[in-house]
Amino acid sequence: MKKFINNNDDFLKESLTGFGKAHSDIINVNLDPSFVSRKNKTKDGKVSLISGGGSGHEPMHGGFVGHGMLDAACPGFVFSAPTPDQMQAAAEHVDSGAGVLFIVKNYSGDIMNFEMGAEMYSGKNDSIITNDDVAVEDSTFTTGRRGVAATVLVEKIVGSLAEHSGSLEECKKLGEKVNKNAGTMGVAFTSCTVPAAGKPTFDIGDDEMEFGVGIHGEPGRKREKIQPSKTIVGNILEAILDNLKPEKNEKNLLFINGMGGTPLTELYLVYEDACQILQSKGVEVTKSLVGNYCTSLEMQGASITLLKCDDEILKHWDAPVHTAAMRWGM
Amino acid sequence: MSVSFLISQAKGVQKVIDENSAEIEVLDQKIGDGDHIFNIQRGLKLVVELEDTVKDLPLAKALNMIAMKVLSGIGGSSGALFGTFFMTMAKSSDLDKDVDFNKACEMIISGIKAMKERGKADVGEKTMMDVLLPVSEKLNKLKNESEFKSGLNEVIKIAEERMLSTKDMLATKGRASFLGERAKGHIDPGARSSQLIIDTICKSVINN
Repeated sequence: MKKFINNNDDFLKESLTGFGKAHSDIINVNLDPSFVSRKNKTKDGKVSLISGGGSGHEPMHGGFVGHGMLDAACPGFVFSAPTPDQMQAAAEHVDSGAGVLFIVKNYSGDIMNFEMGAEMYSGKNDSIITNDDVAVEDSTFTTGRRGVAATVLVEKIVGSLAEHSGSLEECKKLGEKVNKNAGTMGVAFTSCTVPAAGKPTFDIGDDEMEFGVGIHGEPGRKREKIQPSKTIVGNILEAILDNLKPEKNEKNLLFINGMGGTPLTELYLVYEDACQILQSKGVEVTKSLVGNYCTSLEMQGASITLLKCDDEILKHWDAPVHTAAMRWGM
Repeated sequence: MSVSFLISQAKGVQKVIDENSAEIEVLDQKIGDGDHIFNIQRGLKLVVELEDTVKDLPLAKALNMIAMKVLSGIGGSSGALFGTFFMTMAKSSDLDKDVDFNKACEMIISGIKAMKERGKADVGEKTMMDVLLPVSEKLNKLKNESEFKSGLNEVIKIAEERMLSTKDMLATKGRASFLGERAKGHIDPGARSSQLIIDTICKSVINN
């Protein structure tokens, strides 16, 4: 394992402290319990949005704390859900009285810890669960689809509504709509290495890829020989379109997300391939996002998310945002 | 059950888990994401380190302190589930009186019941509940028997059988559920760590 690391026990603390210093104009980092919050207090009457999850997906979620997006984020250990006392402390810190909406990715550990955090917090609160990963069959016999990259879009879009005086109920409703309108699927070329483990999470051949990979290096649909980008992108889009079934002339946001180890050059190539394939199928792309937003440490690979947009979603997507990892309009 | 019993069991379990950590880590990498063993080890270390803080406290207070430590110090599914276990045990009535075998069984049974509710998992879903729920049922039958030591040998056997039975299951809960058929052929890491915990504690009670 080659990583910038001093010792394992301090890995997360040191990284969080650096994050706090680098973005001290936007956020504060609280340690023990750990949470990232906005530098400025939540204004009265504004619903607070809190997300969180295991670390190793940076900039998700701490990088999305700031105007127009989250009010706080609770980072767990690498790939492990945060603990209930973090959610409780974050909620107590940011809630201005209008209530707290927890945004939770659909993983058992996250669900349980956020549930307990919500039970421990005495103020008004509600939760939405994201589950956009179409690689996993959604049935009553599984935990269900995983919450992956579309969580970024949910946080941006609901963040804008909260900024524009949306109520807790309205924020929850919009978040659920965005989640329902989004589909994601990822592919990995290499494994990631959890610092505490010191070795790669899975073995994969030089000529192989994991199709439908999760954001923790957990296996996906199948192991395949690597193929040209157009073929990979085509297969991913087929799975997403099968699931989302966008109408002709419906507007869509296309989000190419890097897993951490793939250069932007390749991500833009993926974007071009995806645009061409979608155009040939009559799927209109009106908004774009390309970059490393929901990563798996140093994993090479990418995920593609398609989000069907109505006017409400488009309006809140375009609204100003100012966070460490996403900034426009201000 | 006393505070010193809890701490000495935590130390015993820590030793056994450390000895088997490589195996559990590999199991989790096969069907999960590899964090389970680190979470369990971190939790045990935190509990063992609490010794000086809790050793003179009443049982209910010590259990509560252990629960909060586990809940806030581990993370992941294990933190929530084991935190729930200790929190429920701490809420048992009459902890200021002597906690005999019967009472200890009742506490463990109620703790496992609360874990089941928190995790929304049942037997047959390839999780730690595949070991814990049958063990809880057996303890329920054993609790009023005076000759409980031979019964504990059966608990050890049940835990091992149920742990092994997870090998051929399809996972329908937890992270392994995303694997479908590919999860088959691997023992669930949570079932393995739970079985080791039960095995260690039962053997220690039998031998004392």
